[in-house]
Amino acid sequence: MNRFLLPLSIFVVVVGFLAVGLKLNPREIPSPLVGKAAPDFSQPQLYDREKVFSPADMKGKVWLLNFWASWCSGCKTEHPVLMELARSGEVPIYGMDYKDQPDEAMTWLRQWGNPYSIIGTDDVGRVGINFGVYGVPETYVIDKQGVIRYKQIGPLNPDAVSQKIIPLVKQLESQ
Amino acid sequence: MIPEIGHFALILALCVALVQGILPIYGAAVGNAALMSLAKPAARLQFLLILTAFGCLAYAFADKDFSVLYVASTSNSQLPLHYRLAAIWGAHEGSLLLWTFILTLWMFAVTLFSAHLPEATRSRILGVMGLVSVGFLLFMLTVSNPFERLIPAAPDGRDLNPLLQDPGMVIHPPMLYMGYVGFSVAFAFAIAALLGGNLDAAWARWSRPWTTVAWCFLTVGIAMGSGWAYYELGWGGGWFWDPVENASFMPWLAGTALVHSLAVTDKRGGFKVWTVLLAIMAFSLSLLGTFLVRSGVLTSVHAFATDPKRGLFILAFLAIVIGGSLALYAWRAPKVGLGGSFAMLSREGMLLANNVLLVAAMGSVLLGTLYPLFLDALDLGKISVGPPYFDSVFVPLMVPALFLMGIGPLAQWKKANLPDLAKRLKWAFGVSVVSALTLPIVLGNWTPLLSLGLLLAVWIVTTAVVSLRERLTHVTGNSLMERLASVPRSYWGMLVAHCGIAVFIVGVTMVKGFESEKDVRMNVGETASIGDYTFRFDGTQDVMGPNYTAARGTFRVSYDGSETTVLYPEKRRYPVQNQIMTEAAIDPGLLRDLYVSLGEPLDDGAWSVRLYHKPFIDWIWGGCFIMALGGALAISDRRYRIAWHKQEPAVPAPTRAARRKVA
Repeated sequence: MNRFLLPLSIFVVVVGFLAVGLKLNPREIPSPLVGKAAPDFSQPQLYDREKVFSPADMKGKVWLLNFWASWCSGCKTEHPVLMELARSGEVPIYGMDYKDQPDEAMTWLRQWGNPYSIIGTDDVGRVGINFGVYGVPETYVIDKQGVIRYKQIGPLNPDAVSQKIIPLVKQLESQ
Repeated sequence: MIPEIGHFALILALCVALVQGILPIYGAAVGNAALMSLAKPAARLQFLLILTAFGCLAYAFADKDFSVLYVASTSNSQLPLHYRLAAIWGAHEGSLLLWTFILTLWMFAVTLFSAHLPEATRSRILGVMGLVSVGFLLFMLTVSNPFERLIPAAPDGRDLNPLLQDPGMVIHPPMLYMGYVGFSVAFAFAIAALLGGNLDAAWARWSRPWTTVAWCFLTVGIAMGSGWAYYELGWGGGWFWDPVENASFMPWLAGTALVHSLAVTDKRGGFKVWTVLLAIMAFSLSLLGTFLVRSGVLTSVHAFATDPKRGLFILAFLAIVIGGSLALYAWRAPKVGLGGSFAMLSREGMLLANNVLLVAAMGSVLLGTLYPLFLDALDLGKISVGPPYFDSVFVPLMVPALFLMGIGPLAQWKKANLPDLAKRLKWAFGVSVVSALTLPIVLGNWTPLLSLGLLLAVWIVTTAVVSLRERLTHVTGNSLMERLASVPRSYWGMLVAHCGIAVFIVGVTMVKGFESEKDVRMNVGETASIGDYTFRFDGTQDVMGPNYTAARGTFRVSYDGSETTVLYPEKRRYPVQNQIMTEAAIDPGLLRDLYVSLGEPLDDGAWSVRLYHKPFIDWIWGGCFIMALGGALAISDRRYRIAWHKQEPAVPAPTRAARRKVA
């Protein structure tokens, strides 16, 4: 082979990989928790701190657990998607208010709407640590047996909801 | 209105760039002087248009015009003016405008300093730069327009990322881009030479100063970025082998190889093909760096705004520019010929070996940077490549390169004599080995790496002294001063740059060998000691900044019982983005830095505190600045001044005299 073609050939290979790489999301890290039972917790609820919110109450239901906070800009981005999903009634959404001030969280919900059936509060972030949350928003799909089936890192978008979440929920509900 | 003027200026600039990119190159191919003569005015006009656009964006920032989307998303009414102006390059769109602005600035410089070039060469060079500019302008106008309106206007901006609100932000990106984009000149020279088929020593002589200037800017830019990371991120380190750091380091390695390879082409006519390839590589890596930073294919602390559509555009652009030039290289380079032959043991041989090592180092950095992407693309899992890989690959490649650096300047061109070299270098070698063995013991900690680092640093300096002494016996002059003055500046430049490397090595070696750090909980009034220094924590106060609130700690530092300094690290909260920033306090010194950063507040006014004692760390950046100073000395050499000077008589002498009279 012509040795002067060597740089070009190497470059073509690199471009090929970069083109494939563009379609991948380097932030999408497979969670070791997918396929495992959701960590147990028992947290005070946002609107009634006397009551607790616990995954144990959810056995037999397919549900979403969404970690969010009033200080998180990504949560504002995904909020309309959650509102739409809540209106459709396809799957109940439960919130976990992550490292937040309850009054600020309630103001935020009053302003933008509340898509959640129940909201737990995770003031110190302990539940977040158990779930391996490393940034809000994150959303988990949990099945009837309490097993995590899917984890969305970062804001949900309409595509992720219609192509991943809803088909998965339907499939899990039929099981 | 003003933003629309900026937008319109960009569109006009695109039209001008198209003219500049096509007609002069075509003119040079068919020998049409009228078409070729378009290059110069087009380049100048383009510069003025981009300057206008840049000014319009700056005005929008200064004027807090939050009806411009880019202004609203990267600044805030509370943000001080200098940061609002620095926010021009605080995110994607503006960074591109800065890139293009600097590209046209370099073009403008080429039009000023190219009177001595043949018309065809100059039109090809400016044409190639015009084509590069077309790509960037198209990119801005299609998917990243900095002048896009936000209607209705935002009441206030979302603010600049607090991490970027730092004096480093004002100066580091322009410096870095001056370097990145500066390689476009060497690239354009190389492509012009390939197109014209005249790769001769004159070509190398013209390229050299441009490459050296770009290299100096890049060196300073990288050093500033690293220094900024050191004091801003609060981790006490300055280099993390992050993909974006690597993206700036790869062009530097290729550029360093290019500077040396150009020297051989200039002086001996050798390495032509290799020099052309390096010129293409240095600029390609700059473009690749832009792609990596802007497309989001790699995770990095620096990836502030990423978008796959933009990624696709840059990739296509990359494929056309780099693929096109490498194809041109494959087609034209075989006809160039190899230049004079030389023995392996000669200055050429050493420079070639150094070049190969630098390129190998660049390749291994490239591999490490892209490896996670390769594995992910092949669905083999997600990994990240970190400092252990880079350290273990980089050090073995650099050690022989640094050793050769000492010998190279002393070896004769064409063929050197080993026994003779050994004789001339024996005392330098002796001094280096003795100091490498004893210095660490004197300093109280002998490790192989410490010894190796000091060996190389002392070796570089002592061989430089030997080289200078020999040089002085060859130049004419009676007194020592006269002889020193008659040594050419380019030679001084080389010595200074090499000594800069030695200073850099001392810094890295000493920090790695002797640094100490401590994570402690400190109550008010408590003391902690590190590296013979005692820190007393006097509690924190609340302070108000222009756009943040902060807890400021007071640490009284004493050495041997007497107070040496007081440090005020801060924990800042920027309310607009609700971000917490750690502002470390540093007491810099020639022989050591003391570094305090506040961790988290604990009960009763106590804080978790991180203390560092970093011996010689400022030598790392000092070394980089000395390297750049060496480059600056080299381009101030007489032979370049003569070359610039020659262009003056372009205007006939009588006309000039007449003009003077009129004035």
